[in-house]
Parts: sequence; C-alpha cells; structure tokens
Amino acid sequence: MNGGKTFNWLGWLVLAILLSLWEYGARASPKLQFYIPPVSQILTALGQLFASGQVAGHLLSTLSRFLEGYVIAALLAVSLGILLGHFRFAYSLLETLIEFLRPMPSVAIIPVAVLTLGIGDAMIVAVTVYASLWPILVNTIDGVRNIEPTLIDTARTFGLRGWAILWRVILPGAAPYIVTGLRISLSIALILVTTAEMIAGSRGLGFFILDQERSFDSGNMYAGIIVVAALGYGLNRLFLALEGKALGWRRGMLARESV
Amino acid sequence: MRESKLNGIFFLLALFFVWELASRSEWVNPLIVPPLSKIFVSFGSLVATGDIPLQILASMKRAAVGYFLAAAVFIPLGILMGLFERCYRALEVVIELLRPVPPPVVIPVALLFFGLEDEMKIFVIFFSCAWPILLNTLDGVRNIDRLLLNTARTFGLSHVKIIWQVVLPACSPQIMTGLRVSLPITLILVVISEMVGSTDGIGYFILDSQRRFKVAQMYAGMLALAVLGYALNLLFNLAHRALLPWHWGMLRKEQG
Amino acid sequence: MPILEVENLSKSYRQLGGESTLAIGNVTCRVEAGEFVSFVGPSGCGKTTLLMTIAGLIEPTSGRVTVKGKEVKGPPPNLVLVFQEYNKSLFAWRTILGNVRFGLEARGDGSQGADAKTRELIDIVGLKGFEKHYPWELSGGMQQRVAIARALAYEPEVLLMDEPFGSLDALTRLELEDTLLRVWAELKTTILFITHDIEEAIYLSDRVWVLSRRPSQIIQELLVEFPRPRNQLATRAEARFMAMRNEIYRQIGHAP
Repeated sequence: MNGGKTFNWLGWLVLAILLSLWEYGARASPKLQFYIPPVSQILTALGQLFASGQVAGHLLSTLSRFLEGYVIAALLAVSLGILLGHFRFAYSLLETLIEFLRPMPSVAIIPVAVLTLGIGDAMIVAVTVYASLWPILVNTIDGVRNIEPTLIDTARTFGLRGWAILWRVILPGAAPYIVTGLRISLSIALILVTTAEMIAGSRGLGFFILDQERSFDSGNMYAGIIVVAALGYGLNRLFLALEGKALGWRRGMLARESV
Repeated sequence: MRESKLNGIFFLLALFFVWELASRSEWVNPLIVPPLSKIFVSFGSLVATGDIPLQILASMKRAAVGYFLAAAVFIPLGILMGLFERCYRALEVVIELLRPVPPPVVIPVALLFFGLEDEMKIFVIFFSCAWPILLNTLDGVRNIDRLLLNTARTFGLSHVKIIWQVVLPACSPQIMTGLRVSLPITLILVVISEMVGSTDGIGYFILDSQRRFKVAQMYAGMLALAVLGYALNLLFNLAHRALLPWHWGMLRKEQG
Repeated sequence: MPILEVENLSKSYRQLGGESTLAIGNVTCRVEAGEFVSFVGPSGCGKTTLLMTIAGLIEPTSGRVTVKGKEVKGPPPNLVLVFQEYNKSLFAWRTILGNVRFGLEARGDGSQGADAKTRELIDIVGLKGFEKHYPWELSGGMQQRVAIARALAYEPEVLLMDEPFGSLDALTRLELEDTLLRVWAELKTTILFITHDIEEAIYLSDRVWVLSRRPSQIIQELLVEFPRPRNQLATRAEARFMAMRNEIYRQIGHAP
C-alpha cells in the first residue's frame, strides 16, 4: 500500500466520474432504472429506511446474531485449538476428522440446521458458529504447535507449570496466529448470518435485501446492501483497532489462511 | 506420522460406529439423523442413478464459467494495476468501497438481473472471486524484487520483454495463491446461490431434499459436496504442479 | 582506447528528510580491454552504487561513463552486471539451462547453436549435469556459478561483478575465484570486480583501486604484477602479496 498516505485525488475523481455516469445513465433510461436506480434514489431510500426505523430492526437482528455466533465460535475454537495444539494425541485423533470436514463448504450445514432447529435465531447462530469455528481452530492449532519448544523449556526452567505456561507463554506466542484466524472468521461470520437470513430467515439484513428484491424495490435493495457493507467495514475497523491495542508488539506474522 | 494417522482413522471409524448405533437405537431422532449406513446407501444409489453427478455437473458448469471469467478479467487487471501506479491509484477507492460487501449479499442483485438462470450464479461467483484474485495478483506484481528487474535491465531487455519474460513468471506463484483461495469461495457461493435461487445444482439438491424431508438424501448430498471439495483441491494441486513445476518443488522443500 | 572510462562520476541521493547524501564523491578511472580490475573499499562506501551507475542502472548526478567511446545512458548492450544476491537474481521459474540460455536470448541468439553454447558454458563453470535442475535445488555457490554462466552467455565485452562471492563461505569463495580466473583467461572479457575482501582483490586482479569511505573516491591505485595463472597457495604466499594487502588495509583504515 502507499506508505506516503497522500490523498488519492485520482481515485476519488474516478469514483466521482463513475457515480455521475451511473446517476445520469440511470435517469436517462427508465428501463435501466429498474435494475440500477440512480445513486440519488438509493441514497434517499437509505435515508428513509433509517429515518423510518425500518431497517434498524433488521440491522440489530443481524448484528446480534453475528455477535452471538462469532463470540461463541471464538471461545470454542480457541479453547479447542489450544487443547489440540498442545496435546499431540488429541490432535492425532481429530486430525483426520478435521481434514474430512474441511473441504465441505460450511453453508451446506444450513439445511441440517433448519431441520434440527427450525427457522429462527438459534439456527442462524448455530450455522454461524459452525462456519466461524474452522479458521479460528485451524489457526490456533497452528499457532500453538509452532511455539518454539525452547520457549516452553525456558519457562519450565523458571519454575512455571501447567496453567502458568499456558497463560504466559503459549497464549501470547500463538496470539498472532489466533488473531489472524479471528480476523478471517469475522467476514465468514457475517457472510453466514446474511446467507442464513436469505435462505431461511424472516428478519435481518440478509432477509431484508432479498425481500426487497422480491418486491422489486431495487432502491431499498441496494440501500440494504450498503448497510451490510458498512456493517462489515465497521466491524473490520473495530477489530483492527482492538488488534492494534492487544498486539502492538507484533506485526506481520505468517499464518495459514483458510476459508 | 503413520501412527498418528492411524489414530485419526480409528477415531473416525469409532465415530461412525457411534453414529450408526445412536441412530438405530433411536438415541438421537433417526428422522433427523438417519443411520450412517442408510446415508451411504442413499449416496451410492444417487451416484449410480446419475442423480448426484448430474447435479454436480450443473453446479460445476456455473462455477467454472464464473471462476475462469474472474481469472480472465482480474489477473490482467491486477497486473496492470501492479505495473502502473496511476492505474492503481485510479481504481483504489472504488475497490476499497466494494470490498466490504459480503459476496452472498450480491445474490439478490444477481437475481434481479438474471432471475434463476445460470448467469445469476456466474455473476455471483465472478464478483466473489474478484478480490482474492485481484489483490493477490496485485501483491505478486508489486512484491517483485527490484533486483530481479535490474537483472533483466542489465541484460538489455526492453520494457515489454521485461513484463513478459520476468514480471509474469515471477508473480505467477502469487497469482496461483489467489486462484487457490478462490476455489473454496467459488464452491461456497455456487451452493449458496443455488440455495437461494435455482432449480438445479448440488446446493439446490441439498436444500430441496431437506424441504421434502428426504433426510438421508440431504446428508448424501452433503457427503457429495465434501467429496467434491476434496476432489477440486486435488485437481488444483495437480494443475499447480503441472503449470509451475519449479514452484511446486520449492514448496515441497519448505514443507520438509 | 580504453574500453571503459569513468570521468568525475558522482552520485547523490535525496533522503526522505530532504537532505541529500553523497554516495559517490568523485571517481575517475580507465580500464583497458581484457583487464581484470577490482575496487576494494569498506562496507557502505558506495561500491554497489558505483557499479550500478557504471552499469547504467542508476543515473549519475554528474560526470559520465563511456564504454568503447559511447556514453552510458541506460544499460549498454555490451556490458552486464552480476549481482551479489544470486538467489534473488536467478529466474526461479527457469532451469539452469533456461537461466543460462536467457543470456543468449537476451543477445538475440535463439538459434540452433544456442543450446550447444549454453551447455558449454554450464560445463565451463563446472555445473555439468545440473542442466535440468531448478535454482532452488542448488547450493549458494552453484547458484552464483549459474549467474556467472548466464552473464557470460550474453558475451559482454565488459563484465561487472558486485561482490559476487560475498554471500558464500570461505572455501566456496576460493573455488569460485579460480573458476572465474579460468573463465576469464579463456574468454578474454574485461572484468570490473567489487569486493570488500582485500586479498581476493589482489589475488584476482591486474589492478586494484582502493576506495575511501562514503562519499567514495579512489585513494590509491595498485598494480598487481604476479604471474598468471595465479595459484591460491603460491601467489598468496609471495611476500609482495602480504605487503600489498597490508598497504591497502592501512589505506582503508586511514581513509578519510
């Protein structure tokens, strides 16, 4: 990326040009308007949705499901990951199972979830947890396994045992990997929540966007998409900020990226 | 290593056994979790009658078009943006604004444009693969060592020749990474888009089976999907080895 | 007419803070065709900058370089530079054969005879049998040999070498020094060599220029008159060898 952080005039200009073309193109052709309403119309719709509170409920739904799913997944996956990373035997047992389940896209679990949990929050949170588990789990295992044995030996020389070693050596050492996994799962969780809402939901931004499409209200549909994008962006920024605080001492670690 | 693999296999088999038992003894509701044997039988017959293969073919057709289209568009774009700072700056803002859009959310847009047709899924996949492919290609070009370029220059190569003979091969591993990452993304999105709006395909098949309460069939579909994912991975590795034998060798060496 | 002339060459860089650093102070020298000459100097004295400027990869701030009478503006067609970091300079995607052949291709020779010539060069640098290998499969010393063979395939009239053996262990270095001398004797190229290893410079060259600390200037020129072919044991054992070495060592130590 540009280290100089000079303002990207050209980029914004290009954006402005594209938006103008969009605006005038959409206004000029009524047929096009159906598929891509003018920018102004979308923005107006966006404003109205917020003003009327219509979208607030959906936003809150999506956000709460996301948080529930993500946090549960994080707690589960990190704990499990540390265990599996540390105890070779446990890992050897589960390794094949993990390798077996990984190639299956997590979204395929949605029908099963609907079958067992019906339609609603529980189902959505469940699939989110399932999907978000994997990147965190895999990266945590990696992080723990990659801790230099020398480090642990050093800690033991200093008289540290069991939990102390876990807390003061393993966790900090594996932290960069864990954080990478957490970051990847952030987008995955949002994707799963919105997807589940689309396939089998009655509330939430995913449902809202699809519903607007079905009602042929493209303006609202695009407005909804903007809201989701903004949500995703906001969550990402929040994450980066927290990450910066927690891991100020570490930058740029390698970790396995997986979806 | 062998021993730990064996452990894992035994554990898996033990799980299978527990599953079978739990379902048959109705410890878990067999209507929701049918016995594993039933699922395997269902899987076998669906493959034999060609049902599953047909669905997979339908999905793969769309997936392939979307995937390769994205590659055809975004690899050259990434290279251009990597080589020409102007080009990068020009598109940077637009890209950064589009990036946070979670791919599935684009499905309703695609539905609006294309209805339930193949084009809908192709569009979604195209959009979803865009960023990994573009950004990895971009990275690959920008991270080319100055020294490599200076080497090409000292041999008197023209700019065009440098791009063709040095830049492209040098960033090909990174391009490969982008393509590799896009593979599971493609699979996920073809499934999602079929679940939301389709009349065939493996994603549709799984959801439809669930809706009709053909539960064993549903699990069979999931199994097929897992096998498909595994097979695609294998295929990709073969392609990697064939296209970039030198890189493949390096990776093998690093992994020890 | 000297094959290479450097006149009042200087190079300064603008730092981020706005100040400029002078990397090359004022260098003037002449190289006759077929000579083997070396620059010796302390680390950071701007040796690499000097060589890159002579090679036309960097533009001088003032002064000029001429090769066979023509001023250097950009990499001249009859000159090639071999870098110190061989692993970043070799083309990872080409085999050894491919890498060396690149030198010929760069010269425009894609003919039938090219293959034979390539193999000959690989043999000359002592890598016969490794044609089908990839760079990552070779050791550091071997990789540098490939880089040298590639440069020679280009048939340059002037060969510039930037501390080519600096990243290698001592024994490999000695081996490669002799390989280089053998090759030079056979092909009768002009070689301009840079090193921080004083003894290496004396061992290899006809003339040695001692560089000061940054900004670099030539503070002394020594004529090396040991008989050729040189010998690692005999030549280095000569009394005059040590004397020269000590002289240069003192010069560098007391350089302004």
